Amino acid sequence: MFIVVLCDCLSLPPTPSSHLFIHISCFVIPSFQMQFMLLFSRQGKLRLQKWYVPLSDKEKKKITRELVQTVLARKPKMCSFLEWRDLKIVYKRYASLYFCCAIEDQDNELITLEIIHRYVELLDKYFGSVCELDIIFNFEKAYFILDEFLLGGEAQETSKKNVLKAIEQADLLQEDAETSRSVLEEIGLM
Amino acid sequence: MALKIVKGSIDRMFDKNLQDLVRGIRNHKEDEAKYISTCIDEIKQELKQDNIAVKANAVCKLTYLQMLGYDVSWAAFNIVEVMSSSKFTYKRIGYLAASQCFHESTDVIMLTTNQIRKDLSSPNQYDTGVALTGLSCFVTPDLARDLANDIMTLMSHTKPYIRKKAVLIMYKVFLKYPESLRPAFPRLKEKLEDPDPGVQSAAVNVICELARRNPKNYLSLAPLFFKLMTSSTNNWVLIKIIKLFGALTPLEPRLGKKLIEPLTNLIHSTSAMSLLYECVNTVIAGQYWESVGNLCVQKLRILIEDSDQNLKYLGLLAMSKILKTHPKSVQSHKDLILQCLDDKDESIRLRALDLLYGMVSKKNLMEIVKKLMLHVDKAEGTTYRDELLTKIIDICSQSNYQYITNFEWYISILVELTRLEGTRHGHLIASQMLDVAIRVKAIRAFAVAQMATLLDNAHLLTGNTQRNGICEVLYAAAWICGEFSEHLENPMQTLEAMLRPKVATLPGHIQAVYVQNAAKLFATVLKGEEGNTDGTAAQEASQLMIDRLPLFVQSANLEVQERASCILQLVKYIQKLQQKDVEVAEEVNALFAGELNPVAPKAQKKVPVPEGLDLDAWINEPPSESESEDEQPKAIFAKEEPKHSRPRHTEVDEKELARRREARKQEQANNPFYIKASPSSQKVYQEAPGVEHIPVVQIDLNVPLKVPGLPMSDQYVKMEEERRQKERAEKKKKEKKKRKEKRSGRGKKHDSAPESEEDITPAHMVDIVTEEMPENALPSDDDERDPTDPHKALDIDLDKPLADSEKLPVRSHRAAESQKSPTDGETENATLQEPKKKSSKEKREKKKDKERDRKVYDIQGNLQDGSQVVVSVIFENKCNSFLKSMEFNVLDSLNSKLQRPEGSGPHDGLVVPFQLPPGVSNEARFVFTVQSIVMPQKLKGTLTFIVKNEDDSTHEKLDFKLHFTCTSYLITTPCYSDAFAKLLESGDLKSSSIRLEGVNMPFHHLLARICFHHHFSVVERIDSCASMYSRSIQGHHVCLLVKTTVSIDAKCDEPTLLGNVLDEIKQTFSQC
Repeated sequence: MFIVVLCDCLSLPPTPSSHLFIHISCFVIPSFQMQFMLLFSRQGKLRLQKWYVPLSDKEKKKITRELVQTVLARKPKMCSFLEWRDLKIVYKRYASLYFCCAIEDQDNELITLEIIHRYVELLDKYFGSVCELDIIFNFEKAYFILDEFLLGGEAQETSKKNVLKAIEQADLLQEDAETSRSVLEEIGLM
Repeated sequence: MALKIVKGSIDRMFDKNLQDLVRGIRNHKEDEAKYISTCIDEIKQELKQDNIAVKANAVCKLTYLQMLGYDVSWAAFNIVEVMSSSKFTYKRIGYLAASQCFHESTDVIMLTTNQIRKDLSSPNQYDTGVALTGLSCFVTPDLARDLANDIMTLMSHTKPYIRKKAVLIMYKVFLKYPESLRPAFPRLKEKLEDPDPGVQSAAVNVICELARRNPKNYLSLAPLFFKLMTSSTNNWVLIKIIKLFGALTPLEPRLGKKLIEPLTNLIHSTSAMSLLYECVNTVIAGQYWESVGNLCVQKLRILIEDSDQNLKYLGLLAMSKILKTHPKSVQSHKDLILQCLDDKDESIRLRALDLLYGMVSKKNLMEIVKKLMLHVDKAEGTTYRDELLTKIIDICSQSNYQYITNFEWYISILVELTRLEGTRHGHLIASQMLDVAIRVKAIRAFAVAQMATLLDNAHLLTGNTQRNGICEVLYAAAWICGEFSEHLENPMQTLEAMLRPKVATLPGHIQAVYVQNAAKLFATVLKGEEGNTDGTAAQEASQLMIDRLPLFVQSANLEVQERASCILQLVKYIQKLQQKDVEVAEEVNALFAGELNPVAPKAQKKVPVPEGLDLDAWINEPPSESESEDEQPKAIFAKEEPKHSRPRHTEVDEKELARRREARKQEQANNPFYIKASPSSQKVYQEAPGVEHIPVVQIDLNVPLKVPGLPMSDQYVKMEEERRQKERAEKKKKEKKKRKEKRSGRGKKHDSAPESEEDITPAHMVDIVTEEMPENALPSDDDERDPTDPHKALDIDLDKPLADSEKLPVRSHRAAESQKSPTDGETENATLQEPKKKSSKEKREKKKDKERDRKVYDIQGNLQDGSQVVVSVIFENKCNSFLKSMEFNVLDSLNSKLQRPEGSGPHDGLVVPFQLPPGVSNEARFVFTVQSIVMPQKLKGTLTFIVKNEDDSTHEKLDFKLHFTCTSYLITTPCYSDAFAKLLESGDLKSSSIRLEGVNMPFHHLLARICFHHHFSVVERIDSCASMYSRSIQGHHVCLLVKTTVSIDAKCDEPTLLGNVLDEIKQTFSQC
């Protein structure tokens, strides 16, 4: 009986205050060290975004806009760290791309820089001296590499070799599938 | 069928693939939005087809568009379709799209559970890998619950590739479904010794993250981690372990001693800056300071001296952490930090500025501020300059102007700061001027002179409309000149300056102050001219007022207009009287008699609620039921900040006031929390420098604001130095004398050490007027905690449900694990969690009047920790004698113990840190440790004290009982209906119910009463019933369903606690 009545309560629309609660509390959410990673160009165009904390699209957009502005406004010779809201932002520019990560207060900035650098090295190895266009046109590959390297915001594999091996093998699987499909297609066309 | 395939393939040839889309967007720079909307239409068509390849292509394009910021949530179902394709190519795309687009509120996630489970158990490790990766992004509590077992199995997969992913994702699962921690933990622990270094490092990561939030449950793992730390060479792992030890050592000091050696070795040997930085941070936060602290500061110095901006920044950041605990170690690097102020990187300069704040002393304040002033002049960009300005003011004003020895210097610094172009911080400077002028009496004359100059040169500040921010300073200047006009040398001149037509261009609120203070000045002028036989000067003043005020009467600003017309009429009247040779000065001055003193910021809050005033009672009739129905019931019960209205005293005669002032002074003197008038160190060392000791400063009032060359403040720096030197010399002389005297007695050596902090006596009798407190203010030092602290919310997230898991029967599909787990003692430990740092503002009050009515005890339980209770006791002396040497003692029970300082026996009393004059009350706090909270408890105690009368003193004793009710262990915790329903559904709560007999009160009163007296919050309210929630300090959930028939159904995970709470609720209502 008790529960029945309460289920009735549940059918009421959520109160505005509960929305508010979600809105306020959504910011620093326990995660591994990284909260999110953004890649954007010098013109402020987003090239890649990976969120390790659940946020609403609206909040994501707001954060992205604010961060891109803040980071682009910094002078070239400034250090790679800044404090922003409750988070620490670690960013580094490689050619025309900015790699930007958010970490929590107690996390290590230098290791985050290392993660960024490692990721760039991975992209470089995979694409063979990577440029912005590689990431634009093969953005899904860039994501796959990131996902092999970081999981839930934490480095899962510190060996570059292993990451690339995993990606290559997965790609191989994909190509197998693609070749077999094209054969089918040819049959279909015939 | 064949035809269909053919048709699909032909269509596909004309489809855009991702590359085409990207190219297309790049080619349509001008009408991107339009182009994309046509693309989206195409994609919608593609998604309608049966061909999975077409769909996958469409989803891939959507993922790209999502990144550009377009909403693709409408395609969620198609994404699920692509995810469930059997081909890896499409599955990969589908999972990528899902991980980018899905979030907790995406409803189709429910549909994926079985697909994901299938993928997790796929024979192809890349299928499993893709599923795990995707899951890490969009795992919901439901998914976590349903898949926890599958993921746990994967932790023992044969392939390390899967094992490491499974281990890492377990952390996300724990967060979403904390009940899984206990069954999964033994296996997770095993993984710390996995043969594969990747898996091992993943396990270290997960356990370190868990332990960082709740270190005490992981202490048992310390030996294992110690082994890893000394054997591992992987810097990533080492960083995590060091971080973990940083969290553990405060709980286990012995660990600290053991760690010193490996930590020192690492700091010495490592070449990885990230590891070094982590070690240093751990040392700063931990217990190792004594042995490794100096080494760390040396290493930090190397970092700061490095040419790499990043290292420099981090070095300064770490220094600022050290500054909080070991300021001395940082102060010796002042040179380096001042050097950083010249760095070209603004963020480094700002860091260095932060450090300066903690580095100033009386000795070096002037020097540091002088350096900062130079930077202010040089600084480019207003933001940095504004930052400098606020820092200068922060540094100078910190701890009640503790470090300022010469306020003339400070005033002139403030005046110099007004010359900043385009600063936003005019109001900040203004408030400092006001504060100093009001609180440092000795400086008023000087301040008034400076402010008069400012007013005279107002055109320099307001000349440019761009510099609007700074005209706030004129607000302060005008007020100071008006209020302390007796110090003005030439009030007439200032009055003229304040009534210039140009003033009318200032913002309204400043004009208003001008007008009001012009009247004060006018009063002063009249007073000054009173003795003179020829009253022309006074009449001139009146004429000036009458000439100039009409300008303000026309002001568009209401405030200005009103004040101006009042004053104008007044002056006209005065002029008439003057013409009749009537003496008016005294009466005019009476208008502005009395002194305005600053009021303490928390004064209002500290006024206790008068007896008999019920803040929760309705003042008017409550709105009828029908109206309140559509309102949020919560709004009614939301705890509003009690607003105390200060009782209005009308017609209080002078004597009464004086008596009260006297009483208040005495109370303040006996109040340990009261901030005394001036920093004691200053007072002690002032050898009563009277007014005549103040160095006479030649103030040249004609000095224009812009002095070319030497800024004004420099002159005070020099003077101050001379003064100090002189003082030192005098002191030495005195010391010599003393030494001579002493030498004859004892051969003790006196080093004339270099000037130490305390030796510097302030130039002024620094009489910093304290902020006033209202009468009856409670002396409590109740600092409110930040309710928005994100880590508090985080604590609940992690801990609350974990505590449940203690008693939770494990779900059926994980029965196998749950049977294993209880045998493992350490897991038991791992989940024994208690909420930390929950404070409750609820108070349990109880009064006891002793037969002789000597004291009242207000016992207010203030709960802080899972096992700690703070009891505030208010002692009020109701007799006519002085009470002193009070000792508070409680007879401990097995369950509850009074916390006594280290070294005292279990039966020693605690000394109450104050004495009580007649009629005075004061509050003391005592901490109790409580083990079980399920039963109410009474503790017996005694208070011993000495009653001191004029002729004799007697030792007396008072017995009392402290009643810890179960209610006092409850904390009002908001709970949202969904969480509440989940809690009830979980079926882990025992239920019980009561009826309240003979309660005749409106339903909302009933609810309010339960909320107030028993610390519940209303979750939801519908016509005739309401659900309520509360939590104990040890994390028990208590849920109530209250009905208008005044019956209460209740559920709680601890039946004994529930029974007692219900009894207490019943008791509350039987009393009314």
